[in-house]
Amino acid sequence: MLGFILRRLGVMALMMLCLTLVVFFLVNLEPNLRKLAISQLNMRSSTEEIERWLEDNGYRQNFFVRYGQWLGVVRQVPSIDPQTGTAIPRFAFCDEAAQPRYSGILQGDLGCSTKFKVPIAEKLLPALGATGILMFWVMAVMIPVALLIGVLAGMREGSRTDRTLSAASIATAATPEYISGVILTVVFASWLGWFNGSAASATHQGVTFYNFTLPVLTMAIYGIGYIARMTRASMVEVMTQQYIRTARLKGLSFRAVVLKHALRNALIAPFTVVMLQFPWLLTGVVIVEVMFRYQGFGFTLVEAAANNDIDLLLACSLISVFVVLSTQLLSDLGYALLNPRIRVR
Amino acid sequence: MQLETLGFFGIAFAALARFWPVWLALAIVVVLSLSFKRRLGLYGQLFDTGVGLAGVTICLFWLFTAIFAGVIAPFDPLQQVALLKDAPPGTIDPGSGSAFLFGGDRLARDVFSRMIFGSRIVLAIAPAATLFALMIGVTLGLPAGYYGGWIDSILTFLANLVLAFPVILLFYLLVTPGIRETAIPQWLAGVFFIFPMIFFSTLFYTRFSGRPGLLTVLLGATIVVGGWIYAGLVFNADPLGIVSMSPNELNIFVAVVFASSPGVFRIVRGLTLDLKTRDYVAAAQTRGERPWYIMLWEVLPNARGPLIVDGCLRIGYTTILLGTLGFFGLGLAPESPDWGTAIKESSRLLRAYVHPALPPAFALMSFVLGLNLLADALREQSLKD
Repeated sequence: MLGFILRRLGVMALMMLCLTLVVFFLVNLEPNLRKLAISQLNMRSSTEEIERWLEDNGYRQNFFVRYGQWLGVVRQVPSIDPQTGTAIPRFAFCDEAAQPRYSGILQGDLGCSTKFKVPIAEKLLPALGATGILMFWVMAVMIPVALLIGVLAGMREGSRTDRTLSAASIATAATPEYISGVILTVVFASWLGWFNGSAASATHQGVTFYNFTLPVLTMAIYGIGYIARMTRASMVEVMTQQYIRTARLKGLSFRAVVLKHALRNALIAPFTVVMLQFPWLLTGVVIVEVMFRYQGFGFTLVEAAANNDIDLLLACSLISVFVVLSTQLLSDLGYALLNPRIRVR
Repeated sequence: MQLETLGFFGIAFAALARFWPVWLALAIVVVLSLSFKRRLGLYGQLFDTGVGLAGVTICLFWLFTAIFAGVIAPFDPLQQVALLKDAPPGTIDPGSGSAFLFGGDRLARDVFSRMIFGSRIVLAIAPAATLFALMIGVTLGLPAGYYGGWIDSILTFLANLVLAFPVILLFYLLVTPGIRETAIPQWLAGVFFIFPMIFFSTLFYTRFSGRPGLLTVLLGATIVVGGWIYAGLVFNADPLGIVSMSPNELNIFVAVVFASSPGVFRIVRGLTLDLKTRDYVAAAQTRGERPWYIMLWEVLPNARGPLIVDGCLRIGYTTILLGTLGFFGLGLAPESPDWGTAIKESSRLLRAYVHPALPPAFALMSFVLGLNLLADALREQSLKD
């Protein structure tokens, strides 16, 4: 088991290395660098000014050297003013090394955000916290509802409850966030006026039922359909097993069979599904945060991408890839632990 | 100035009437399918259940809407009638006398016509992108599952690499105006679009290598047709000028194929791992068949059930992805009538005007719902066999 985990962690590290290299390559494409330079100077800068800015700030060094610097395996050398002999910091808002030193993600230095003009950690940590709150509420709504629907539907396959609930879950699985968001806002914010159609106030003034219901519902609805269908399929399969028949023939009530015998076995598959939903939930986070103007991780990612904020975008991708890979690992481990028939070699 | 408007029933009736070519085509197809149900195999069996019937009908509805878009839509999707800016549903345009059935948007365009023309973009890109993803997934998934070993390790690693990328980040990196200045979309397209040619060439070669005459014809046809489409799509240099794609469409297409082919790869690999232990594969191996023959003519036909179901779901998923791209304003032009872009445009002004947001939202939802229902019905049928 330990060997399995170690091997998986090794593969994970390799994947993160490859992926950050790809992201690094894409954000450092010539048009993207020019976009960054223009956003830092001004719209009417000449080609020479742009070139000089890129040269001065070290964007013209060798690609692998710069990747190494970002990673923290190559030394960062500050540019020295030829007249005074002192180091010129690249960005005034960010304290950078006056002496050459190793300063990359391996040392815990994520770099500077050119868009928000702060060190990355200062921007990203509050954003991650805000998204964490959103995710907590989404999970708290989504998982119980989805499991309940799935179990009720799969308990008696083909019954009227099953058909109604299955149809409902197919319908919600066909409703991506940007559609349910629009419909919910129209119904609950524009017509009924029950909730706020924007969660901008939640960022600073705290979460309330009034401003947070719509974003949470919007995100939960899409996931509910999918998880409910998986739970239903798993429940249907378990209900046809021999041990369920045996339990019924022993004279146990249907209720006891479902709660004590079927439920536990039926919940193994949905567990992995919930874990593997994370990559998609991340997309949901971005859509919902942009739509409801909630300043979390997704909002930051969009801002970083729109302005080609290199360090911030790299940090965002590192975090999202880490989340995806570690949930995959957790889902595999959890599956092995929950299901005694699966043994990890 | 007071503009005339239609009442609720007026709007509903007029909208239903505008769809007359769709109703006609739908009636013909459904009646024909129902009368020849027994002879149509899997497709005919779909009409036995309510779910299947609903799925087929919704999908066909949007297919015919896309085909007859020019007849159904009363206005051009880009035509602006300044008087009808943000007009409520049913307002009659005094110029032409026909109504803006679902109202006007903030640039005074007809919401109804835009929704109709939006279906063309969605139905042109989503199924085609899914088909390409399917070909790539099959061509790479079969050998990965069949041979195992280092081929499997490398391909699985690469697939997991792409799958670990959150889709939205991938799109923000791959679908930008900046990247269109570089040759990356062309490169990716060049790699992706060669797979269908490899697939069909191998398919024909393994089966007909004993019949050189037929083989030459088939391979020649594959290379001519494939090369023609390849030249049109990748280099935008179709000698006949029929197959072409604008750079931003190519960019979207490539990104969507890139995002969905690893999923297909995984499914095909899993199915192959399962199917290669079957007796008929062992029999073919004993007969001395080549590996690629076994993969393409023994394993693949037996994996078709789950692949068709997955294909249906995947078209829906691709439609959602296209909507996501439109919603973030990536790729497609801002005046494009596709549903995602329309939802984005109107969701900004939701507080002031509700009506421009709803038609594209319901259109996208119903199309994906139709595909999901179809996939569900197909799965039921394939489990029955």
